[in-house]
Amino acid sequence: MTPPLPPGLVAFVKRDCETCKLVDPLLGQLGAAEPLTVYTQDDLAFPASVSALDDRNLEMSWHHDIETVPTLIRVGADGIEEERIVGWSRDQWQAFTGNIELGMTLPEFRPGCGSLSVDPSRSDELNARMGGSGLATRRVDFAELEDDFEAMYDRGWSDGLPLVPPTEARVLRMLEGTTRAPDDVVANVPPDLVDVTVEKIAVNAVMAGCKPEYLPVVIAAIEAICTDEFNIHGLLATTMSVGPVFVVNGPIRNQLGMNSGINVFGQGNRANLTIGRAVQLVVRNVGGGRPGGVDRAAQGSPAKIGLAFPEDEEGTPWISLAEERGIAAGVNAITALCVEGPRLIVDQLSRSPESLTNTLAECLMTTHSKRMVAGIDALLVLSPEHMARYVEAGWDRARFRSELEARLMVNTDDIIRGTGGIEEGLPAEFAGKQLPKFRPGGLHIAHAGGPAGLFSSVFAGWVSGPTGSVAVTKEITP
Amino acid sequence: MTTVLDPTNESTPATIERARRPASLAGLTVGLLDISKPRGNVFLDRVEQRLVSLGSTVKRYKKPTFTKPAPVDLRHQIAIECDAVIEALAD
Repeated sequence: MTPPLPPGLVAFVKRDCETCKLVDPLLGQLGAAEPLTVYTQDDLAFPASVSALDDRNLEMSWHHDIETVPTLIRVGADGIEEERIVGWSRDQWQAFTGNIELGMTLPEFRPGCGSLSVDPSRSDELNARMGGSGLATRRVDFAELEDDFEAMYDRGWSDGLPLVPPTEARVLRMLEGTTRAPDDVVANVPPDLVDVTVEKIAVNAVMAGCKPEYLPVVIAAIEAICTDEFNIHGLLATTMSVGPVFVVNGPIRNQLGMNSGINVFGQGNRANLTIGRAVQLVVRNVGGGRPGGVDRAAQGSPAKIGLAFPEDEEGTPWISLAEERGIAAGVNAITALCVEGPRLIVDQLSRSPESLTNTLAECLMTTHSKRMVAGIDALLVLSPEHMARYVEAGWDRARFRSELEARLMVNTDDIIRGTGGIEEGLPAEFAGKQLPKFRPGGLHIAHAGGPAGLFSSVFAGWVSGPTGSVAVTKEITP
Repeated sequence: MTTVLDPTNESTPATIERARRPASLAGLTVGLLDISKPRGNVFLDRVEQRLVSLGSTVKRYKKPTFTKPAPVDLRHQIAIECDAVIEALAD
C-alpha cells in the first residue's frame, strides 16, 4: 500500500545535488508561509533551512515515483496529489507557490538531479523490497552463520559447481529477459512431473550464471526437452552416458555473444556453458532428476553439466541445422539432442570431398560400436576446414548428406554375433543384409569450430525413434 | 541474513531438520566442546565423569577462541567422531 503524503507542500531533496542546495533557503521561506513537509534522501541535516523527515530507506520516494530532486508536490486536504514540479525554474516555483518574489537572486533555471530511488544501483533492490514483487516462489532464509554458497550446496541445489544466490532482486532482473509472465507454465518436468513456471526457470537460470537475455533460450530448451518425443525421463533413467545437448540457430546466437568458433564445445563462453547448465538445474531441482536417483548413467559425461552451442551459420553457404529441420531462415531456434559428448574425427590429408566423406563415414560407423546399427542417432559437427573441402567442390548440404549416407550402409555379415571373435552383434538371422548405420533422419549435421584444424566431431546418441529420444527443435520467442 | 528463492519444486521443507536425539547416551561417543571460556574445563570434567558412569565414551575438543564460531574443520571432526556433542556455553 502506498503511504500517503501529508496535505500542503511536500518536497523531496538530497544533499548530493547542487540544485537542492540552491533551493535550500527557499524551503525555509515556504515552510514559514504554509505547511511544508520535506523528505531527505541522504542526510538528516539537510536541508539546513527547515527540518526534514528521514527517507534514507527511499520508501516515500519510491512509492511516490520521485525521479528527480528537488521535486515539489502540492497535496490537497484529502491527501490527493494535485500538482508537482521538478528541478529549479524560477517562473515555475513562483507560479506553483504564488510567491512572485521567490528566488529572485537565484539563476533562472537549474535542472534537478536523479532521485536515489531510481539510481540503477539501487532500483532492483528497491523494486524487490517495496514492489511486492509478485513472485510466488517460496523464500528460503539462510542462517546468519551459513555461508551463502555453502548453504546452497548443503540444500542439494548444485550440480557440483558454485551457484549464484537467487535473491529476489536477481530473479526480478532475470525475468526482465522475457516478455512472458512469471506465472506462465512452460512445461511439465520429468521425472517428478512438476509444472515449471517462467519464474522457477528464472530462479535456476540465476543460479546457473545466465544473463537475463539468455532466459528465452533456456525457456525454449525446457520446452524442447519436456516433450514426449525428446523423452528427458528416459534419457535420465538410462545407464547410457547421454545428456541433453543444444544447438542454437538464428541471430540470437550473436546477440548473446555465443561462441561458434575456437573451443566451441569447451570452456570460455558464458552463454554456451550457462544456458545448458540452467536447463540441467531445472531438471535437477524442479524435475527431481538427480544422479544416483532417477539419473542412472553408468559413466555420465562432462557434456551433461550443460552444453548449448551455436552453429557457425556465417561460415558456410549451407542451410543451417534448424532450417533443415523446417525453421525459416533468420528465425531463432534451439534444437535439443540426446547425445554423449563430442568425439574427434581426424582427417588431415583428404583434399577431395569424396576422400573426406569416406573418412567421416568410416568413423561414424564406429559410434558406440561398429556392431550397433539403426539404433542410435548422431550429430556430426563439421569444422570450418573440413567444410571448406565441400564448399570448394560445390557440394551443398543435400549432396553431402546423400553421399555420406550412401557410405553408411553396413554389411550385416561383418557384425553377426561371434564374427571376429566378438560375442556382441546382431542375431544370425540378420545375416546377408545391408542396413543403414543411422535410421532415416537420424543423422544431424551442423557446422562449428575454429578456423584452423582438420578435425570434426561426432556426438552419438541414445536409443532413437519413438521408443527412445528424437531431436526436437523449438523456436525461441521473446 | 540472505533470503533466496527456492529453486526446487517445493515438495520438501525449506528448513533443515535437527538431528535425531538419541534415547540414551549409553554406549555412544559423546563429544565435549570447550569453547575456551575460563573454567569451562572444570564444568566439562564433571560432565565427563557423569557420562562415563552412564557408559558413554567421551572425546574432548576445544575451540581456539570463544569469540568466534568453531572452525569448520573442528565441527567436521566432531561430526564424524561423535554420536552427540555437548558444548559448554558460558563461564
